[in-house]
Amino acid sequence: MTLIAGASLLVVALMLAIGGLLIQDSTGARQVFGWSFLLPNLGSTWNPVTGQFQGWSFIYGTLVTSLVAILIALPMSLGIAIFLAELSPGWLRAPLGTLIELLAAIPSVVYGLWGIFVFLPAVVVRAGAFLSETLGKIPLLQVVFMGQIPSSGASRLAAGLILAIMIIPTITAVSRDVFRAIPMAQREASLALGATQWETITRVLIPYGLSGILGAAILGLGRAVGETMAVTMVIGNSLQGSYSLLLPGYTMSSVIANEFAEAVSTLHSEALIEVALILFGFTLILNGIARLLVWKIGSRTVEEARA
Amino acid sequence: MQTISSTAGEVTSRELRQPQSPLVTIKGEPLPLTSSKFVLSDLAFYYGKVQALAGISITIPANHITAIIGPSGCGKSTLLRTLNRMNDLIPKTRIEGQVFLDGDDIYSPNVDVVDVRRRVGMVFQRPNPFPMSIYDNVSYGPRLYGVTKRADLDQIVEFSLQQAALWDEVKDKLTQSGMALSGGQQQRLCIARALAVEPDAILMDEPASALDPIATLKIEELMQTLKSSYTIVIVTHNMQQAARVSEFTAFMMIDQNRAGTLVEFGETAQIFTRPKNRQTEDYVTGRFG
Repeated sequence: MTLIAGASLLVVALMLAIGGLLIQDSTGARQVFGWSFLLPNLGSTWNPVTGQFQGWSFIYGTLVTSLVAILIALPMSLGIAIFLAELSPGWLRAPLGTLIELLAAIPSVVYGLWGIFVFLPAVVVRAGAFLSETLGKIPLLQVVFMGQIPSSGASRLAAGLILAIMIIPTITAVSRDVFRAIPMAQREASLALGATQWETITRVLIPYGLSGILGAAILGLGRAVGETMAVTMVIGNSLQGSYSLLLPGYTMSSVIANEFAEAVSTLHSEALIEVALILFGFTLILNGIARLLVWKIGSRTVEEARA
Repeated sequence: MQTISSTAGEVTSRELRQPQSPLVTIKGEPLPLTSSKFVLSDLAFYYGKVQALAGISITIPANHITAIIGPSGCGKSTLLRTLNRMNDLIPKTRIEGQVFLDGDDIYSPNVDVVDVRRRVGMVFQRPNPFPMSIYDNVSYGPRLYGVTKRADLDQIVEFSLQQAALWDEVKDKLTQSGMALSGGQQQRLCIARALAVEPDAILMDEPASALDPIATLKIEELMQTLKSSYTIVIVTHNMQQAARVSEFTAFMMIDQNRAGTLVEFGETAQIFTRPKNRQTEDYVTGRFG
């Protein structure tokens, strides 16, 4: 008992220690730049030579790549999970499920390499050209779809798409388990009323499993926000002063991975640590929101059950 | 919402298509074929290679309550679930013989299983309301069939809940979750949900086995009021319940190959007081089972 209590306390202590360290070691940068480090500012600079550091570009990069990833991955994962749990013939279920789980075990550096040599030239370059020709012409969407995608394909779009592929297995596996956990009686109740299988899925099973699916999505989003290696390899790592998805960018994790070893000046490393602090807070808040959402849905059903 | 209008011509054609089955009598009078709801003809059912039902022929009369009784594992529920093709959900099952619903073979290849289930509602052993409001539970079926007007849905919900003798208890909390009701109320909610789609028949698979005696009594009373409009087939392991609620009783047993067979079918009073078969007598008098 004491051991278990001690271990759980240790986790909390470790969290606090990491947070404290990040706050302490970024003191210099925070004093020099203040809140302007965080402010949304397209012209934000990050110049180790002149000692000018602002973090907005990285925050934007992380936000937008994760958003692209979750927007693509969630519907796809949900579809695969429904197929695996409800529609696929029995003999296909186990092998297909295992294959998808194996996808989650591939090291991210391998995803990055595959991205550079296969996915970017084959898919992202074409998709980027198409998007800039179509959505890039629409006035408001222009902001995120303007410019020409580099011939290598390295861009925020590439990072978002690679992230989508990387988080699909996680979201799929968790949502599939959510569907499998729904009692057979729920399906029978719906089918016995003359619902088709599809009506049963969309009107009974998805609402029933919604909190679990939400949890799966947040798990995936958490992975996307923190993912470093694969993103660093395909995002292009440069600041262009643009919001476009089709141009290279940076994420918080990729700038830390790229520059920390070369940060010579104290201010530079302090600025990077401040970026890490933001990333840390970001994931904390994200997880907090997720817990809150899942808890709210969960407690609502419990409340209803008690009423 | 389909209402089956039976014109004279239709009845004749149905009579022609229906196979002759063991004669059913009401108060000693032969039951006319037109008032039969289900006709099962030499039905056999397999779970993989295991035979669960063998050679079952039975005519289930319309607008009456028919009970299926028998010892555990004799295939009562399997038989019940052949009547709305719920067994289709279990992989590797196979059926032989025919099941006619109002003269239509429900296992014929051109029959839509969804349509069969719309005509034959089902109430399960454990109450299984959806985790939605009481209103949404009852209106689930009608909404599937395209009823969208709020006024129409309101009417169906109220009427179904009244039929299920639940309206007075829930009319002020229709937006509350169906899961919040007591077990007996949940089961009546499930009955209301089944009634809302205006089925021809309702199958009940031990509907009171998870309920306390008072809730059981309510369900049994409810069945009596429903039988004038619906054909009810109930599986029960409780012989007193079968004797109390049903007008016809089918007694099933396992044969020498461990497959469920029909031993005797007849009016409930006759089955329980003057059984023709020795096995039936042993079972209803409590000598085994």
